[in-house]
Parts: sequence; C-alpha cells; structure tokens
Amino acid sequence: MDFAQILANGVVLGALYACLAVGFSLVWGVLNVINMLHGSFIILGGYLTYFAWQMFGIHPLIMLPIVAAFLFVVGYALQAIFINKVVTAPVLVTLTLTFGLDMILYNLMTVYFSATPRQVTLGLGSIQLFGVYLPVVRLLGMALALLLTGLLYVTLRGSRIGRAIVAVRMDRSAAALMGIRVNRIYAITFGIGALMAGAAGALFAMVFPITTNLSGVFLGKAFVVCVIGGLGSVPGALVGGLALGIIESFSGVLLGPQHALTVGFLVMLLLLIVRPTGLVGVKGYE
Amino acid sequence: MRAAKVLLFVAWIAVLAATPFFADNNIVRTAIMLAMYSVLAYSWNFIGGFTGYPSFATAAFFGLGCYAGAIVEHAGVPMALAWIAATVFVALFAAVLGAIVLRLRGHYFAIGSIAIVEVCRLVVSSWSSLTGGGNGLNVPLLMWHPNTVAMFFLYVMLGLLAIVFAITVFVDNHRLGFGLKCIRQNEDAADMVGVNTTRYKVIAFVLSAFLCGTAGAVYASWVGYIDPTDSFQILLTVKVPVMTLLGGAGTVLGPAIGTAAFVVLEEFFWANFLSWNRAILGLIIVFLIFFLPGGLLNTSFRRVVRRLRGRESAGASA
Repeated sequence: MDFAQILANGVVLGALYACLAVGFSLVWGVLNVINMLHGSFIILGGYLTYFAWQMFGIHPLIMLPIVAAFLFVVGYALQAIFINKVVTAPVLVTLTLTFGLDMILYNLMTVYFSATPRQVTLGLGSIQLFGVYLPVVRLLGMALALLLTGLLYVTLRGSRIGRAIVAVRMDRSAAALMGIRVNRIYAITFGIGALMAGAAGALFAMVFPITTNLSGVFLGKAFVVCVIGGLGSVPGALVGGLALGIIESFSGVLLGPQHALTVGFLVMLLLLIVRPTGLVGVKGYE
Repeated sequence: MRAAKVLLFVAWIAVLAATPFFADNNIVRTAIMLAMYSVLAYSWNFIGGFTGYPSFATAAFFGLGCYAGAIVEHAGVPMALAWIAATVFVALFAAVLGAIVLRLRGHYFAIGSIAIVEVCRLVVSSWSSLTGGGNGLNVPLLMWHPNTVAMFFLYVMLGLLAIVFAITVFVDNHRLGFGLKCIRQNEDAADMVGVNTTRYKVIAFVLSAFLCGTAGAVYASWVGYIDPTDSFQILLTVKVPVMTLLGGAGTVLGPAIGTAAFVVLEEFFWANFLSWNRAILGLIIVFLIFFLPGGLLNTSFRRVVRRLRGRESAGASA
C-alpha cells in the first residue's frame, strides 16, 4: 500500500476517533471525572441506529440526531441522579462509580441486544481520488464526525451554555460566584459527553461492525486520544484523534494490525510521562 | 486492640483452613478464591489504601505472575521455584515501572495504570512464540488426588495471605506506614517535612505488586490453563479495589472483611442470576459508593439506617 492511501485511511479513522473522544475529554476536563460509561454510550448509540435501520428502515442520518438527543437525556439524568453526589470525591470513587454504572448498562445491552456484531450497510460504493481508494460511507462518516466536533467547538465558544461550561472548567468556585448553577452545568456537560458518544456510535455503526464487546476498546481509544491531545478542549481531541488514527494506520501496515493497538497505548504512556498536558493541552488539570 | 485484630484474623484463616474437612469441593474452591482475592486486596491496600494512589494495575501484576510462573514451569523448573521466579520478576517489573509512573498523580495515574494492564495483555497475546498467544498456555497439573490438590492450593494461598497480613501489620505500625499515610493526606507537605516520597511510593507500589505475582503463578498451577483475557481482566482490576473499599481502605482488617462479603455475594449471584451477574455487581458498587463510602469498618451504621429511612419517608411524602 502506498503512503497516500495509508495516510488517507489514518485521517478517516482519526476523524472518527476525535468525535468518539471529544465528549469523554470534555467530561474529564470540566467535571474531573473519568467516565467509564463512555464506551457503552457509544455502543448504545450504534445499536439504536442499527435497530432503527433494520426494523423500521429509518436512515442512519435521520436517526443520528434522535439517538444523540436520547443519549443527552440519559447522560443528564445519570449525572443529576448519581454522579453529582460524588463529583468532588477523589478519582478512585468517581471512577469506580461510573464503572459500576457501566456494568449495569453493559449487562442490560448484552441481555436485550446480545453481543452479535452488527453493521448498517448502506452500499454507497467507493471513489478514487489521486490514486487513493475511499469508500463513500467512510468519507461521509469522516465529514459528519468533523462537522459534529466543529459544532461542539462553536457551541462552547459562542453560546451562553458553552461559555458557562468553559467558565466552570476554569474555576468552579468563581463560576458559582458569577451566578452559574454549577451542578446544572455539570449535568449538561455530562449530557453533551453522552450525546457526542451516541453520535459517534451512530457513525461507527455505518462504518464498522460494532458489538457490546467493543465498549472497552472504544473507552481505551478515548483515553489515548485525550492523553495525546490534552484534556478538556475540542482542538485537543481533534489533534489527538487524528494523531492516533494516523499512528494506528501506519503501525498497522509496518508492524502488523495486531500491534496497532499496542503502539497507541505505548505512545500514550510515553506522552503521559514526558508531556502529561498533551500536545495542545493547557497546564493545571491534575 | 492490635492483638484483638490479629486474633480475629487468625481465627478467620483457621475457618478457611478447616473447610476441606467439613465442606464439599465447591466450598473449598470458593475458599481458595477467597484467599486469593484477599491476597490481591491486601496488596492493593498498600498503594490504594495507605498511600491513596488510585492504582488499577493489579490485573497486570496478577497476569504477569500467571505467565511468568507458567512459562518457567513449562521449561521444566520445579513448581515452587517457578513461583519464586514469578514473584521476583513481578517485583522487579513493579519497581522499574513504579519509578516511572508514580510521577503521575490523580486521574493521570489512574489512566496510566489501566493502560499498563492493556499493554501487558496485548504484548502477551501477540508474543505467541513465548506465551502461546490467544491459544493460551497449559501448565503441568499435579498428579495427586483432586481433594489433596485442592487442599494443597488452599494452604498455599492461605500462606500467602498470612504473609501479606503480616506485612500489613508491620507497615501499619512502622514509620513506612506513617509516611504513606502522610503522602495520602498531602504529598507536597509530606515531602516538605522530610518524607522521601518517591522512595516510599515505589516501596508501596512494589508491596502492592509482588504477592499478586505469586498469587498469579499459584493460580496458574492450580487451574492448569491460562489465556490472556482470563489473566489480564479489566474486571479484576476494578474488583480488587472495590473489595478493599467495601471493607475499609487503609485498615488492617478491611480487605479481609470486604473480600469475604464480596465473594459471598458474588457466588450467590453467580448461582442465582447468571445473566444479570454483571449488573448486580454494578449495583453493589453503586450502593457501596453512596451508602458505605468509608467501607464496612469505617461507617456509622446508624447514619446508613437513618439515610435509608429518610429516603423512604421522602418517597412516601412525594
């Protein structure tokens, strides 16, 4: 395979990774919570998209906003009911709690949906650009992933809610003094994290077969992207996602696909030690 | 007080040790698992309980112990020597790794320790020439009567448990334990008053690792077959801290109590609600976080009861 093809594959994958991780990164940066539910949120989004397509013939692109809105509600509720109560506790407590919640969600999904790999097959064919083959579905997935990530960026920069989220991320107590209801912002942020996960799941279901067993893999990707790019910022997740996609694509070709995942984790461990703020991260998130 | 705790613990070991004489095979198997998980929980207590570092690397140490023991034993080395080799290997691994990753704090340390488990699992499953890859590895089984074998492994695990308990009591009363508790409360302040934080943390990390390695090697010899997904379970890495938290982290008896409660609950739910087993474990975790935040040993039960009642009356009025 030539260089351009490998790079193109990496970029397509990377855009999806960015969309997958940006919600996780936001929750980590704003709430200081490592959300172990993130992988299962992605799977849930993917499954809902698949079943809507298979049983009712609803096109995934129509389903995507519905799934995203549904997951926002789920995320908001989980944060408001459970996680807000321990949000200031040490990482061990919050991580263990989200892991416990994840076990429940995972179990519900395996019982009601089973772990069979499922994929939405749209059959859009592929195109050739400058000697590079690209399936249209993947291009579409990449474009939507970038669009969604960009939308989140604009929301955080431009809207009142977005500014409030950024304010809480910078200084929780100062934000509270400015009249921001911090707990509500936390719940909204967690909801947005779940929303992005659901949307990413819908995109993944169009591109790859997904199964509940992948929830850990997706979660691992989110870790790596966050650490590579830096926490809590949309550009960080974008840089991290693209970097991971390209790293995986090249190491898959050079060392064999079974090592691609290992290389990603090793790069992450290395960066954790050398530069824990990530490539474009800001200091001060410990 | 200290003598009472030790006595209680000795009585508990005696009960477990007596199981082969009055109970059936399944109970003995549960007792072996209980002893093994207790070893892991006590080990985790050094880093997670005393030092307050959210380590999720237990599964890496356990899995590496499984594989180190199995590979050495496969090469024809006697079983006991293989266990010692696994212990030494895991201790060295933890010392080197600890010197690197203990520079991280909080969330980054947690993520880093989870990544270590993943990297170990991936390396072991792709290094087929040494580890058998995804096909797993067979370990020579002991050719004794099954009941004798079970009894043997029960006593070995209980021996490990006694060792780790002795170390816990020692650390708890020694300046090492004091230093670790200082680090838990405020690492910068501990550093300032003269606690050699780096050295103390690495010691705690090695303490939290080496007996996990032994327990892994013994487990491999006991079950006779290991594979990467079984040895490096991400579930194990969360289960062990949960057991310790359930009992009371940073205490001398907490890990034993927490493990016993957890294993009994788990066995019960495995037997009765097989397909919901994971969700029920999740519910236990959620319950633990909200109602027993300090663990069974550090909770005022009056407050829990009051809280539960408060819930009910609030629900009734709503």
